[in-house]
Amino acid sequence: MTYHFDFSALLPYWPEFARGIWLTLQLSAISTVLGFVLGTLCAIGRADGSRWVKWLVAIYVEAIRNTPLLVQVFIIYFGIATLGLHVSANLAAVIALVINVGAYTCEIVRAGIESVHKSQIEAAECLGLSRVQTYWHVVLRPAIERVYPAVTSQYVLLMLASSITSQISAEELTAVANRIQSDTFRAFETYIVTGVLYLLLSLVVRICLWLFGLAIFVRRRKLGTAI
Amino acid sequence: MSAVVSLSNVHKQFGSLKVLDGVSFEVGRGEVAAIIGQSGSGKSTVLRCINALETIQQGTIDVCGHALHDASLNRRALHLDVGIVFQSYNLFPHLTVEQNIMLAPVSVKSIPKKQARELAREVLTRVGMEAKAENYPEQLSGGQQQRVAIARSLAMSPKLMLFDEVTSALDPQLTGEVLRVMEDLARGGMTMILVTHEMAFARKVASKVIYMHQGKVWETGSGDMLDQPKTAELRNFVGGVSHDRAEASV
Repeated sequence: MTYHFDFSALLPYWPEFARGIWLTLQLSAISTVLGFVLGTLCAIGRADGSRWVKWLVAIYVEAIRNTPLLVQVFIIYFGIATLGLHVSANLAAVIALVINVGAYTCEIVRAGIESVHKSQIEAAECLGLSRVQTYWHVVLRPAIERVYPAVTSQYVLLMLASSITSQISAEELTAVANRIQSDTFRAFETYIVTGVLYLLLSLVVRICLWLFGLAIFVRRRKLGTAI
Repeated sequence: MSAVVSLSNVHKQFGSLKVLDGVSFEVGRGEVAAIIGQSGSGKSTVLRCINALETIQQGTIDVCGHALHDASLNRRALHLDVGIVFQSYNLFPHLTVEQNIMLAPVSVKSIPKKQARELAREVLTRVGMEAKAENYPEQLSGGQQQRVAIARSLAMSPKLMLFDEVTSALDPQLTGEVLRVMEDLARGGMTMILVTHEMAFARKVASKVIYMHQGKVWETGSGDMLDQPKTAELRNFVGGVSHDRAEASV
């Protein structure tokens, strides 16, 4: 059996690939920022909230971590439509990704928060810092610094997982690839190219997160500790 | 001499374990009180109670005009009046020495950053650490970290300073440099309460020595009381400590 690769058939489609990459990056960036905020708030709630808040967060986290992302995407997309609201596929994709990554982030950041010694919080309180100030200045920075490698992996995973939203026809890279391969009948080539593009995107995301880490974790940069 | 701190019949239990059993004492303005006693005598707990880090079951504690036994206590206001230095320093590891000191003045007292930086330099100079302002805690020795912790507390200009076994984790040389800073503070008129195992320091610097035993104030007096203990327990304690020292120096 011989197969003749023909990548040239894909050449005319490069603007579409570019649009797909752009949307994938947008989806990932927005979901990363919002998911991180959601996850961090949940982590604070789970570590330090009232009993009700702890339970609510625990239910959310377990519900998300124990169901497939694809099902979550469908529930959100069709659920919102059933409620009579019109939401674009892209927005539904963002909502689903935020909710999904928020749960994973919550668990990672909570581990970081719990690694901050009680005596640090006590010292901050004794200096007169309020609870919010203590969290902001004394707890969260070291907590996130400690779990940053895990956070990085999670957000690279999020970028890759955004391909699932092609199933509700969010026009990201995988959705674009699906259409191109059905136009060209060059499925093998299309998905090889798509795979390589995802590889490059992962690299870009990793570098961005690494640079971000260098920018905010000043001590690590100055003391030359790995980020 | 008005009392800055006054404890009256303070009782505290951890579960069924009685830690403080009717503790009463007063510390006046400008006084240096040293609380001594064996491990488990309740001396650190007393100190933590004075800063509302522990709650009490019975009795009254008044600190700088704050009634700690009162449910309506404003903890934040109390913490602005009282500084505490811990055995384990508890510096914030991700901040430089200077940032450690500036954090509370800037975020609690809303002092402008520039002014706070000057304040930081000033208190660091007082503890002889001005050269390390840009360093991170992990780059400092234990004694240096403890001096920074004292400076951090000083920057909030407390009316009372508490020292919870601040030299227990340090070797004799580093202990010396921290004690010198504390002695300077005492000479400057700071009201201080320290829990310590440094008998020589207590004898020399403290105007009041409080010996605790089994959750009670067993004996109290001036530094000289260590040379003429009235109770057998204090005699044993003082003897035991100097005996340990003698052994250690062999």
